[in-house]
Amino acid sequence: MQEADALLRTPLYAAHVAARSKIVPFAGWEMPVQYAGVIAEVNAVRTGVGVFDVSHMGRVRVHGHDAEAFLNHLTANDVAKLTPGKAHYSLICTDAGGVVDDIIVYRLGASEFIVVVNASNRVKALAWFGTHRAGFPSLFIEDETFHTGLIAVQGAGAVAMCDALSDADLNGLPRFGITETVVAECPVMVARTGYTGEDGLELFCRDSDAETLWNTLVVRGAVCCGLGARDTLRVEAALPLYGHEMDERTNPFAARLAWVVKTEKPAAFVGQPILQTLKASPRDFVLVGVEMETRAVPRDGYVIFDDSGNIVGTVTSGTFSPTLGVGIALARVRAACGDVGTSVSVVIRDAKHAARIVPLPFYKRKATDA
Amino acid sequence: MSTIPAELKYSKSHEWVRFDGEIATIGITDHAQEELGDVVYIELPEAGRMLSHDDIYGTVESVKAVSELYTPVSGEVIEVNDALSGAESVVNESPYESGWMIRVRVKDAAEMDDLLSADGYKSEIGE
Repeated sequence: MQEADALLRTPLYAAHVAARSKIVPFAGWEMPVQYAGVIAEVNAVRTGVGVFDVSHMGRVRVHGHDAEAFLNHLTANDVAKLTPGKAHYSLICTDAGGVVDDIIVYRLGASEFIVVVNASNRVKALAWFGTHRAGFPSLFIEDETFHTGLIAVQGAGAVAMCDALSDADLNGLPRFGITETVVAECPVMVARTGYTGEDGLELFCRDSDAETLWNTLVVRGAVCCGLGARDTLRVEAALPLYGHEMDERTNPFAARLAWVVKTEKPAAFVGQPILQTLKASPRDFVLVGVEMETRAVPRDGYVIFDDSGNIVGTVTSGTFSPTLGVGIALARVRAACGDVGTSVSVVIRDAKHAARIVPLPFYKRKATDA
Repeated sequence: MSTIPAELKYSKSHEWVRFDGEIATIGITDHAQEELGDVVYIELPEAGRMLSHDDIYGTVESVKAVSELYTPVSGEVIEVNDALSGAESVVNESPYESGWMIRVRVKDAAEMDDLLSADGYKSEIGE
């Protein structure tokens, strides 16, 4: 075991302590898991504005003449189609088609990118970049995680709240757009991205500005949210989490991520040959949504049976959904049991609890102009 | 710092017990509800069930965690707090009063001596 003092702290650690949040070790960081409570925090994001410290996420600047070619070689989405000022969700895959990490690639300019990687995979992703950079001589890879902050402002009122603090037209920023501007007198890059299923922004800031931004948003009514609410919100929105819905042994097609994998893109990329084969192959297992019909909460690893008494899969992520008022889970089940409406049961403390396969996402926000 | 009423007895598994003659009222501590977070479901036994010391008598589920409830003193369940059904957040708001779980007719009064005092529980949870 690592000593507790080996844990990392974000630029907002002192603010989390001062606000009496519950702090837990997470992916090597000391992070707030909850403030007022998961239900209140989830409701704040679904109905107003919530603010999250996501500074533990890895932020890697990739630039140089070969940056586009390098990222296109390493990631499954098509970086050549990404215009400056836009971002996309992508995957770093192995030669065997497994997932090294799921990432967001933000294109700042022709030869300038920010790649946001999972906190739990930051070291691995950096090492992966290092071992795959041969052949891309004009390439700079800089880990900016430790001298910057990242704050997610999420919810129906999130964009308007930040827009009022900025000279830029943030209301006009398109979904997955990113722009450089000033918010609350702090220089930031503002991206219309998030992990909650709501509209919202993510603010990339200097570490020294993180508290100013955080406090300014809180004073204006943003509710402080922890990792507990973040996880529940992303399950409601059916957004996958590395290590749960996919990992190095699970290919993207088994994680509802076929849309990310551009097997036909002109640039060859790591994993492309096997992913082409897998794409055309029948799926043994599929990732589905499960909703409980009893008063019980499905949790990671719980076993799922079909109505004939066969084990057909396991829960990959489960939670009580404050928004729907019922237990929900993402689950990997045999394809034959994956149709919406199929009755299944989830084993919870040695008892089978009735559930059914439901459409994903569990929660979808009402359409807006953005 | 969580609340730990001086007049109650405690178990290491974070139950509290209020003794009133041979009747023991049982619930979970303020520390336990803080650790669990927002409680959403509670499973409790039927009245009439015989419980032995350390038997699992129920389950508390929060949004993010699940915890089993352990019997701090042996006896027959004579009353269950049905008011918690559909109002589970009462356990978060009032763990020692409205959030009680079950009442037990104590079988062996000597078991009381094995429970912790408020001070003993306070040091048990490191406060």
